[in-house]
Order: sequence, then C-alpha cells, then structure tokens
Amino acid sequence: MNTNFAFLLFVGALAGAASGYLGSFMVLKRMSLVGDALSHVALPGMAIALMLSVNPILGALLALGLAVIGIWYIGEKSEIYPEALVGIFFTASLAIGILITPEPELLEVLFGNIEKVTGLEGILVIAASLLIFVVTKLISNKLALGIVSEDLAKSEGIKVSRINLIYLLLVGLVIALGVKFLGTLLTGALVIVPAAAAKNLARAIAGYQMLSIVFGILSVVIGIFIATLAGISSGPAVVLVAIGFFVVSYIFKRN
Amino acid sequence: MEEKTLLSVKGLKVKFNSHLIIDDVSFDVERDSTLAIIGPNGAGKSVLFRAILGLIPYEGTVTWAPKVKIGYVPQKLFVAKDFPLTVAEFLRFKEGDNQKIDEALVSVGFKENKTKLLKTRLGTLSGGELQRVLIASAVLGSPNVLLFDEPTSGVDISAEETIYSLIDRLKKEKDLTIIFISHELQVVYKYADGVLCLNKEKICFGPPREVVDKESLAKLYGEDVSVYKHHEH
Repeated sequence: MNTNFAFLLFVGALAGAASGYLGSFMVLKRMSLVGDALSHVALPGMAIALMLSVNPILGALLALGLAVIGIWYIGEKSEIYPEALVGIFFTASLAIGILITPEPELLEVLFGNIEKVTGLEGILVIAASLLIFVVTKLISNKLALGIVSEDLAKSEGIKVSRINLIYLLLVGLVIALGVKFLGTLLTGALVIVPAAAAKNLARAIAGYQMLSIVFGILSVVIGIFIATLAGISSGPAVVLVAIGFFVVSYIFKRN
Repeated sequence: MEEKTLLSVKGLKVKFNSHLIIDDVSFDVERDSTLAIIGPNGAGKSVLFRAILGLIPYEGTVTWAPKVKIGYVPQKLFVAKDFPLTVAEFLRFKEGDNQKIDEALVSVGFKENKTKLLKTRLGTLSGGELQRVLIASAVLGSPNVLLFDEPTSGVDISAEETIYSLIDRLKKEKDLTIIFISHELQVVYKYADGVLCLNKEKICFGPPREVVDKESLAKLYGEDVSVYKHHEH
C-alpha cells in the first residue's frame, strides 16, 4: 500500500463519516429520496465546469448549492412536499448532464474514479469534512428538535427555517465532495444508506449517529479496497458495501 | 398594555388559503391567572395557540409582556415508534443538567422507575406518559406562562392525579400563568378563573360562572346542550 493510496483511503473515510453523520438527519427528516437523488444535480454543473476547463468539483458545488436552495424554498413554502416535482427536476438534470458531459469523462463523472482524486482535492475534502462536523454538531440539537416537532422548536425561539437551510447546504457540500469518489449517480446513496442501516439497530440518537458514521466510514474503506483489488469503479463498490450493511442490519432489526 | 397584563390579543384573524379560521378575536390574559379556551372540534382553538405563539401568519396584534418566557405543550407529537430518540435525549434538548431533568420528571409525577423511563423511546410512550414528558420539557425552560393544548383523546394519568390537577399544582409551585385548551366543561369550572369560548369568533369571555350560560353554550356547541349540563356543579 503506497502513501497515495493510504491518503485517498483516509480522505474517503472522512467523506464517508461526514456523509453518515449528515445522512442520519436526512433519514429522520424523511427526505431519503431527496438525499439519494440530489447528487444527480451535480452532473450538469460538472459538465459545464469541464467544458470551461474548471475543476468539476466547483461546478458540482455550484449546481448542488442552487438545487439545495430550491429544495429548501419548496419545503418552506408548501405544506405537502412536491415529491413528483423534485423527482422530475432531478431526472431532468441527469438527462441534460449526460448529454452535455464530454464523452471521455462521462463514465468517470457518473461512477467516480478514486485514482483521479488529486492531492488538492483531498485537502479540500479534509477541510470541508471538519467544517461539516463542527457546524452539524453545533446545530444538531436544534435540528433534531425541529424534526421531532417544528412547532415545539419554533416556540422555543429556534429559527427552524434557517437551521434547515444550513443543514441542507452542508448536505450539498458533502455530496459535492463525494462526487469524485463515487460519481454523481451514487454519492447520494452514501448519505442515506449508512443512516438507514443505523436506524435499524439504534435505540437512542447518540448511538444512531455514531453507527451511521461508522457504517459510512466502513462502506468507503471496504468499498475502495474491493474496487482497487477487482479493478472496478469505486462508486458501485462503496454503495454495494453500504447496502450490504443495510441488509444485515435489517435482519437484526430491533422491534 | 397594563402592568398586570401578560398577553394582549387584538383583532386576531387567521386565514388558511382564503378560508377564515379565526375571525376578529380579542382578549387579555392577566399574570398568574388560568385561562381556559373551549369550543367544539374545528373551532380554531389549536390554531389560536399557534397564532399567539407566532408559529403561523395572522392579522391583528399579539403582544406578550416583555421578558415573558413561554412553555408550550403541544397536543401531540408525530414521532414514529422506531424514531431513535430517548426521553433523556429529548429532555436534554432543553437542559443539560441531569439533576434538573430529574426534578422536572418528579414534578410531573414520575417518582419511580425514572432510569427506565429515561431510556425509553419517545415514540413508544403511552399518551399519558408523553403528555407528562412534554410538560416536563416545557417546565425545564423555567417558563412564566404555560400553554397547554389538551389531547383530543382521553389521557390516562395516575389514579390520584389528572393532568389538570398536575398543571394546577405546577402553577402554584412554579408561579405560572396557564392558558389551556379543553374539551371538558367541568375542568374549566374547577381550574380556570377565565374562559374564552371560541367558535371561529369569540362567543364569550370572562369568569366561567358568569359568562358560560345556556345561550353561549348553544352558540358554541349548537342547540342541544343538555349533554354538558351535568358537568355544572
């Protein structure tokens, strides 16, 4: 194992941990499908960045940022979540993205390629993951109370709407970070699947978040090992490992 | 607003889409009083609460006394059985000090088996347990006014204490002003010094024995009020 591979593994594990932590709230908020499909939105952003010869992560960040603000706005303004609308928007992004992404990069952008992660991008992931952990920890009580009861949270003076926006922006950030590793089709799964697995096993929120983080880390690390050994794309490998955790957790689900 | 007034509501109107739910309701609440809000289902009682808490948009004015601290006990929580959150974690959203959490639980009648309760998931509590945990959570914020929305279904507390005698005791112990929504007239006579009858608009307001009469009840619940009569003492 060379230093470069160890560094990538470390960076990937951090991204997995941050995804698992943020995902734990996403699953409780019943926004799993949104979280899962949100990564599709990154594709047109990356395509445009590639065409302009800018780092695709920047394009992904921008596209996800806009999508997240859109989702937040819809969530604030409507009583019933317009699922179909969000689904159609995500699929449209994917379709447009596939059309405009330059052919040679398409496979990599869709499914991720860990070997293409640069040192600078690695450092970006480390810095962003730390930011995600600190900010999420700071807002976690308010966020959780807002999920339990928005009325109760608001009656205590918590700015639920602002907290939700901060949270969703962090989700956009973590998905942008994962795009290089897992590709735009599957990064969202790393936010949702470890958390869904953790929910099957946990009784308390502390244990739930811890398990979700652990599943996130293990999915990335084991998945990258398998991908490297088998010479396959890292995205599907990581997501399938995460789904493996989910299946096992489902079998042992508490009643 | 006068010194002894805790809350002043003037010309309150709430609309959902273009549907008028609350129409031109005005009332004042004095410090250290207990106000009951009564009315039939769909009369807008919970909506009134949500408006004076500032949770929904409204027309008119809602003025709270300066530095008032509100404790809100919602009618229910929509927490699934498998939602991974224990009673202890829920209460810690409000207060980090375990000693204070313990005291709050004792004050709402959990004297024994607190360790087991604290580890229980919020979503698996019975209706009565959840009500008391919600009251404990409200009390933890050291409020000076408690807004209590009664659950529609009857709630079992212990044999000795109903949720109302509990609230009445808390009022005395903690020097609270209480505003509660109720469906039971007998409770209003027993515990409230003021009553607001609501059915989209204000039907009556004042001391229960003075303002709740056959006429206002007929306006409130329809003509057949005989079912409510036996509650009068």
